[in-house]
Amino acid sequence: MSRASNPDLPGATLAFHHVSVRYAGRPQRALDQVSVVAAPGQITAVVGPNGSGKSTLVRTLLRRVPLESGHVTVGNAETGHVPVSTLHARDLAQRVAIVPQREEPVLPLRVEEFVALGRHMHRSAFGGMSAADHHAVQQAVHRAGIADTLGRRTDTLSGGEWQRVRIARALAQAAPVLVLDEPTTFLDIAHEMAVFELLDELAAHGHTVLLVSHQLNLVARFASHIVLLHRGAVAAAGDAAAVMRGEILERVYEWPLVVTRDPAVGAPALLPLRGSGRHRDQ
Amino acid sequence: MTAPRVRHTEHPAGVAWGVGVILLLFVVVLGLSIGAVSIQTTHVINALRGIGDASTIAIIRDLRAPRVLLAALVGAGLASSGAALQGSLRNPLAEPYLLGVSGGAAVGAVVAMAMGVTQPTLITLCAFAGAALATLVVTAIARVVGGSGDTKLLLMAGVVVGAFANAAILVALADAPPERLRGALFWMMGSAADATWPAVARCAAALLLLGGVLVWRARDLDLLALGDEPAAALGVDVDRAARRIFLVASWLAAATVAAAGLIGFVGLVVPNIARALGARHHRPMLLLSALYGAVLLVVADLLARTLRAPADLPLGAVTALVGVPFFLLRLRRLAA
Repeated sequence: MSRASNPDLPGATLAFHHVSVRYAGRPQRALDQVSVVAAPGQITAVVGPNGSGKSTLVRTLLRRVPLESGHVTVGNAETGHVPVSTLHARDLAQRVAIVPQREEPVLPLRVEEFVALGRHMHRSAFGGMSAADHHAVQQAVHRAGIADTLGRRTDTLSGGEWQRVRIARALAQAAPVLVLDEPTTFLDIAHEMAVFELLDELAAHGHTVLLVSHQLNLVARFASHIVLLHRGAVAAAGDAAAVMRGEILERVYEWPLVVTRDPAVGAPALLPLRGSGRHRDQ
Repeated sequence: MTAPRVRHTEHPAGVAWGVGVILLLFVVVLGLSIGAVSIQTTHVINALRGIGDASTIAIIRDLRAPRVLLAALVGAGLASSGAALQGSLRNPLAEPYLLGVSGGAAVGAVVAMAMGVTQPTLITLCAFAGAALATLVVTAIARVVGGSGDTKLLLMAGVVVGAFANAAILVALADAPPERLRGALFWMMGSAADATWPAVARCAAALLLLGGVLVWRARDLDLLALGDEPAAALGVDVDRAARRIFLVASWLAAATVAAAGLIGFVGLVVPNIARALGARHHRPMLLLSALYGAVLLVVADLLARTLRAPADLPLGAVTALVGVPFFLLRLRRLAA
């Protein structure tokens, strides 16, 4: 895949180094010596079954869970790779924009107000929106394709619109690193593809994209680097060809499946077996 | 590429502010005019300036003006405290009274007085301590029972702590000499009847200081209202910010309790009115809540004085008569 040669921003690498996490009262670690490196200019995907530790990985970035060991760094050769734990929450949010998995619009805002909250970490306590803030919000609205939702209240949006509005808020942060926890969960095919293409475009412009997803086939198509988690540990890592292998996926997902070819782009694609197909054959 | 134009409206319509200010002026003048002795508006204004007969000047300056002002300040404090708590807890039913915070403050003040403390500032500080303790107890109960994230549990714990506080007040003041201590009814149901200028000054200072902190941290509130994880993602030190706002909002409520006892539902009703008037960000929400909270409590105090005159009803009784139906309506809409 060819990448644009003049990126928008100085890239930053997000790296998890041997990260272990144990939730209070649980015998097993939620994450066990997990290392993931998300480099600029590409999509890095974290996949795995439910409970494999994908969301915990994102939560370590939000610093909502303490690390038992290991550390997380962000930066590049110029700035140095700064440990996330030493950054103020605001400074971290200027470097890493995160779309958390769940969010309910309990106290609704208008869409444009909601997206503008993505500028919080760039603003002072009393200052208004600067020209740069307005520009970033407009850019984010345009990129996420939500111009038609402007003026509406966040509690009136459909599931798909809500997801894209949340992505727009993260884009408004104008951070070099973008982390998304299952961003396409509620989206239909067209909207799901639109999100993947958006992430692809962002990566092409030099963003670092770390994507937690259940969508193995789209991940195989779009991600340059895939990390497969199984019970809190890395089961496989590498490009799609290295990770999307029947024997590995069957063991991790505990379900019979075959890996074939995605007819659109030739990337590996997974097909689960059993179920109604067998009944038809009988 | 033509980016779409995005409008940013951080403030509710000016008409909400204008109407609020006019309403406040109107009810303040009404509050000064109406009472055991009705006084014409022109005489009220003259008396404020020190013109007119001595008894009218005394009634206006020493009795009604501090009472009306105290009611306004207490209303403003309770409403902005409620706005901050609703935002940080993401629950439009949160408020200092239902969270047991006001009850804790009252117990703090009552215990201090029962132990012989007479210095009003010291009593207010004891109310702060009581509010902080109640906050700790309520959050601890909610955490032990089922995760700190559930604000419904927090409200239930608050109601229980509030009931306990009322019981503690009754026990502490059972043999209180009426000439030395204010009675249990004052603390449990609130009143602005024995307002004094020093009390007005203390309440105003607390409102400016603590309300000022909330207004300063209003952007944190905007983000906390999104939820812990989104707020953390957007650069808020969530635990620290939430703790700070909870404590400051509790102290704001405690300052009103020290001045006028327990008055419920103002902190519940008014922020919801502010939201209906178009306040979505917390800075205008806090300020608009303060304005309409002042209006509401001046009216409530006026009703307390006049509904069953010459009896002086407890302020908390009047606000509960309005607040409980409102609570039920709001609850129904949340459930729908």
